[in-house]
Amino acid sequence: MTASEAELDADVHGIGEPILDLLNGFVIQLRAAGLPVSLTETLDAMEAVRHVPIEDRQTFKYALAATLVKHHNHWKAFETVFEVYFSLRGDDYLIDGDSVELPEFDDDEQRQEGGGDQQGGGGENLSPEELAEMLYQSLLRGDQPMMRGVARQAVRRYAGMEPGRPVGGTYYLYRTLRNLDIDGVLERLLEQEQNEDGDASEFEQRLARDEYQARANQLQQEIEAEIRRRLVADRGVEAMAKTLRKPLPEDVDFMHASREEMVSLRKAIYPLTRKLAARLQRKRRHGRKGPLDFRRTVRASLSYGGVPAEPKFRNPRPHKPEIFVIADISGSVAAFARFTLHLVYAISGQFSKVRSFVFIDGLDEVTRFFDGVEDINDAVHRVNTEADVVWVDGHSDYGHALSVFWERYGNEIGPRTSVMILGDARNNYHASESWIIKAIQERARAVHWLNPEPNSYWDTGDSIVGEYAQYCDGAFEVRNLRQLEAFVDNLA
Amino acid sequence: MSNRFADVSTLKSELAGVDYLSDDGIAGVVYLADRLEKPILVEGPAGTGKTQLAKSVAEVTGARLIRLQCYEGLDESKALYEWNYKKQLLRIQSERGDEGEWDEISDDIFSDEFLLTRPLLEAIRSEDPVVLLIDEVDRVEVETEALLLEILSDYQVSIPELGTIEAKQIPLVFLTSNNTRELSEALKRRCLYLHVDYPDMEREKEIVMTKVPDISENLADQVARVVRSIRQIELKKHPSVSETLDWAKTLVLLGVEKIDEHTAQSTINILLKYQSDINKAIKELATADGVTP
Repeated sequence: MTASEAELDADVHGIGEPILDLLNGFVIQLRAAGLPVSLTETLDAMEAVRHVPIEDRQTFKYALAATLVKHHNHWKAFETVFEVYFSLRGDDYLIDGDSVELPEFDDDEQRQEGGGDQQGGGGENLSPEELAEMLYQSLLRGDQPMMRGVARQAVRRYAGMEPGRPVGGTYYLYRTLRNLDIDGVLERLLEQEQNEDGDASEFEQRLARDEYQARANQLQQEIEAEIRRRLVADRGVEAMAKTLRKPLPEDVDFMHASREEMVSLRKAIYPLTRKLAARLQRKRRHGRKGPLDFRRTVRASLSYGGVPAEPKFRNPRPHKPEIFVIADISGSVAAFARFTLHLVYAISGQFSKVRSFVFIDGLDEVTRFFDGVEDINDAVHRVNTEADVVWVDGHSDYGHALSVFWERYGNEIGPRTSVMILGDARNNYHASESWIIKAIQERARAVHWLNPEPNSYWDTGDSIVGEYAQYCDGAFEVRNLRQLEAFVDNLA
Repeated sequence: MSNRFADVSTLKSELAGVDYLSDDGIAGVVYLADRLEKPILVEGPAGTGKTQLAKSVAEVTGARLIRLQCYEGLDESKALYEWNYKKQLLRIQSERGDEGEWDEISDDIFSDEFLLTRPLLEAIRSEDPVVLLIDEVDRVEVETEALLLEILSDYQVSIPELGTIEAKQIPLVFLTSNNTRELSEALKRRCLYLHVDYPDMEREKEIVMTKVPDISENLADQVARVVRSIRQIELKKHPSVSETLDWAKTLVLLGVEKIDEHTAQSTINILLKYQSDINKAIKELATADGVTP
């Protein structure tokens, strides 16, 4: 136990300087990771830690989370910062400064492992075979302390960590996992399961696999935690917090989102479209009231002795928004287009009258693909394979696509139609035909242009978004959820 | 500072005593809310026991539960207080004729007697301990949220005609949200935040065993496993805890001992409510390979 921790222990019951400093540092790290932590929340956190036992890591963590993190999407970022920042504090998590040659196993850990049927015999001289056996056993039983032991051993043996070596945690993780061959062990476990239970159906096998997979994931987390701890010991908290920093979900760029990020983005779209729907409909609920309803007013006045104290109004005519979405699905915005299609799908679930169009250099209506479709992936697949969007060469041609749109559907735009165009307006130096946007705008209620490119790239190279934007009610940079949300907020 | 609960683990076992199985996070936040005298904002998917948490806490503390169900269009007169116009009118009319007493009347008609208390004011004025549940707060408009701010931060309500009414005791306040929209920063800042997710397998098994007393441990274990596998599939709507419980009850009624493929397929409509989800889940579960995470 280091000196600062001794102080920390001494101060469990009051709130002392070291804790204040510690929390302050923690909040600074959280802010650096992009979490909006206000001053009041920091004060709350300081108040909160007075009431929880600091030795209890989980409770301590939840106390901080409850006061500092007010958004579920931020939990992951919080957890990373917490694990890094407090990784070297607390008995359970203490490791020696020298991260390569860990002199000996913690005693209590040894005992926990000894509970099994293998003799750890001082972690150092565990052979690879013994380690593999331990891994097998720990997964078979789902034994948490044993997994932790395996993780520590494995990292020490296989990760090949050297102090000061400028490689990221992923590299070490990869090396460790490759050497442990978890997939192989999983196969073995499943085979054994099968042998014991001769005629296991596909369904039962599936359940068994899920179970072992969950345990393997747990083990992987232990390994990650171990690597992280050693890296922190080597490089210091701040450097690690910085390397591990990832953009918050609302800041993830649509164009460069990874597969997992895409999944969480998709989930976030639905609340957003509901909000969009609410925005557009709220007008009719809160705006003006309808004309005076004479009959109901007289009826209500009876309870006040004939005094018309409570005037009644008719409900205003409901406003039914009609939305046209025109989306570029060419290669240059491929990642954004995938997201766009999900957005279109989500929007069409909220509004009764949504028509969607996609284009590259030709244009096609795809409303029918989204109609009554249960599975969005089906719809996206059909759009990508069946929609007739290629005219000549499959390179974006906004001019031609727009003229096709105007020719075929222009007449259907009315004063209640909102038009949303999604694309980067990179036109490959074709004619812009921007008069069409002007014509659309004259007919429609509003025309909005959403551009997935950063503002600074607009009108560079073959981008002609400026030319179109002059006729739009607004052109917006929408590269991440935060911007999309801001767009929805400002709408209507 | 109020001290309803001794410490986190006691609270946890007390909650378990009224059949609510919490985890460290849930119990920890409730405990803190009591100590810091702050409201809790509970968020999470539908059917994970957010409302039940408030009810159980009320039961544990022996407090009265006052519930305000939020909906679009909720306003001051439904949430805070309202003047009883009709009664005021009657009062004025009954005095008609006696001139010169106007001052008295005008004082009189804006007194307690003519005040209709609504849930929020009622929770504040209550003499005995109260748990205030503001349910589905995400359904009200952003503007209406502001109504809650005063009561959440200072536990008081200002009525222009009467002045400020301060709380007789600090109620434990729970706000629940299904996250259909982002709540305002001002509201979030005043609350402790608790995200209740689907329970992990172990906890779900325990919940099933507590709520479905006739179930065998073996079956409960299988139920929890199948539900976990289903939740890993990408679906429109994942099975909630209450649906898991319904399913477990059904299996017990059918006298099922062991869930095989056939039973799972024929009863899966209790867990999943969309036909497309059902088809997808049946297809997925029949493949042994599983989804690679």
